[in-house]
Amino acid sequence: MNGGRFSWFNATSLTLGFAFLYLPMLILVIYSFNESRLVTVWAGFSTKWYGELLQNDAFLDAAWVTLKVGFWSSTLATVLGTMAAYVVVRSGRFTGRSLFSGMIYAPLVMPEVITGLALLLFFIAIGLDRGVLTIVLAHTTFAMCYVSVVVSSRLVTFDQSLEEAALDLGSTPFDAFRSVTLPIIAPAVISGWLLAFTLSLDDLVIASFTSGPSSTTLPIKIFSSVRLGVSPEINALSTIMIGIVTVGVITASIVSRRRLVRQRDDEQRALHQE
Amino acid sequence: MDLRRTLLIFVPFAWLLLLFLIPFGIVLKISLSDIALSIPPYTPQLDLSGGWSGIVEYFQSLDLENYVFLTQDNLYFLAYMSSVQIAFISMVITLIVGYPIAYGMAKAPDHWRPTLMMLAILPFWTSFLIRVYAWMGILSQEGFLNQFLLWIGIIDTPLTILNTNWAVYIGIVYTYLPFMILPIYAALEKMDGSLMEAAEDLGCSQTSAFWLVTFPLSRPGVIAGCFLVFIPALGEVVIPSLLGGSQTLMIGKVLWEEFFSNRDWPVASAVAVILLLILVIPIVLFQRNEQKQREAGR
Repeated sequence: MNGGRFSWFNATSLTLGFAFLYLPMLILVIYSFNESRLVTVWAGFSTKWYGELLQNDAFLDAAWVTLKVGFWSSTLATVLGTMAAYVVVRSGRFTGRSLFSGMIYAPLVMPEVITGLALLLFFIAIGLDRGVLTIVLAHTTFAMCYVSVVVSSRLVTFDQSLEEAALDLGSTPFDAFRSVTLPIIAPAVISGWLLAFTLSLDDLVIASFTSGPSSTTLPIKIFSSVRLGVSPEINALSTIMIGIVTVGVITASIVSRRRLVRQRDDEQRALHQE
Repeated sequence: MDLRRTLLIFVPFAWLLLLFLIPFGIVLKISLSDIALSIPPYTPQLDLSGGWSGIVEYFQSLDLENYVFLTQDNLYFLAYMSSVQIAFISMVITLIVGYPIAYGMAKAPDHWRPTLMMLAILPFWTSFLIRVYAWMGILSQEGFLNQFLLWIGIIDTPLTILNTNWAVYIGIVYTYLPFMILPIYAALEKMDGSLMEAAEDLGCSQTSAFWLVTFPLSRPGVIAGCFLVFIPALGEVVIPSLLGGSQTLMIGKVLWEEFFSNRDWPVASAVAVILLLILVIPIVLFQRNEQKQREAGR
């Protein structure tokens, strides 16, 4: 929207709005360096809670389980979600198509408690012991739907004649996919993977239903310890997690902006050469 | 080629059937069973060794008893009603808080926008649990909000906010705010700013130009944002468990406790089925709204 001045009202609402979004996290980060165990009283700078966190085996184990689950479920979800996006965008009519697209969209709006409960009852019914595998299966199922949404939005805008040209020139369908389609949809596939990974790292509810005693994930561990109240170790852990996300998002946005600029330059150059 | 296509459809289809649809069938089935002291803790179990008569007997022993129980115990009805109420009030507050932010973003100079967008999206990627947890230290009796309010002298005694419904509203508004901002921003950004100027040239005051021109044009974004807040808020578990009190009734939390504390699987399943039925209405409306947008965009 252009036109109309950027008024005082706009500036104030942006400032207050972003302060509301960021102050709570900022307070968390600052107080993770607090000496005192009383989390709301400042007693001087210290990094001792980070030290205690690194010596806490329960947290480290949980972090390892979480990363493993996140890696496997997001990788599986990316493969399945990309296939599903292909089916939705390209495959035309087939028996059960509306059921398929319904099942692809339903998990996006399904409350996590219901998905978690349903999957748990299913795993028990087929006699699968709960552990890392069941969490991976559960996370893959809901994350593949997000991946499919991200990838299909890219596939829709993709010019299919490029792929047909490759086929006409004699490449096999798989080669055409690998050398033409995949490079074009790659950014969407990568952001799908990142989204699936984040969703998996973040999930508490579905993991609580589908995890076993030996496979506690970080969110489950955090939830059970913050139920009793605020603790400085959790503040330190939160700060580390916020830090990783911030660095990741800023890097991603700089990389994608650079790529956009480069693309624009290339297009300009191509125009001038003509 | 055809085999390839079949395989491409078959793999994700089979995955979703097995891990999405069948599990819901099981929930439906268990909601019709009775609680029992066994493993798994419900009866009847389908036993195929009994042959056809065993299957018939199995279906005959399924009943709607758990649903009758849900209507008899006031707790569940109240929990459903209060979830709808909490989700609705939070949605309205999120709209009131989010709209001016989206509006400011749309009016901001062009070169600010990528940064503002990034600032609005960043919380998405940050752990939901941590964002809820952050408020526990702020809202408690000796928390930062009370310290601040005591310090500027608005109040004499600390307010009790944590473990009340107020804390739940704050938590929902805070965590779902980006879901409200982004669709409204997307709608406002597409708008032609000269329409506002035209309205003002024709003698509209700035306020009435906003209500007559800008707001109606941003309606699709407002509707999408409201659904994106209302639907997940209805089934919320983490926020009422961490920020709410014992009197905060939300159906997601009731289901969670029914399952983990009472271990009553049949009742938990019945609660889930009814929650799903309640959600069908807003979900269908939301999809119709999206469809209309897509058609209008073409």
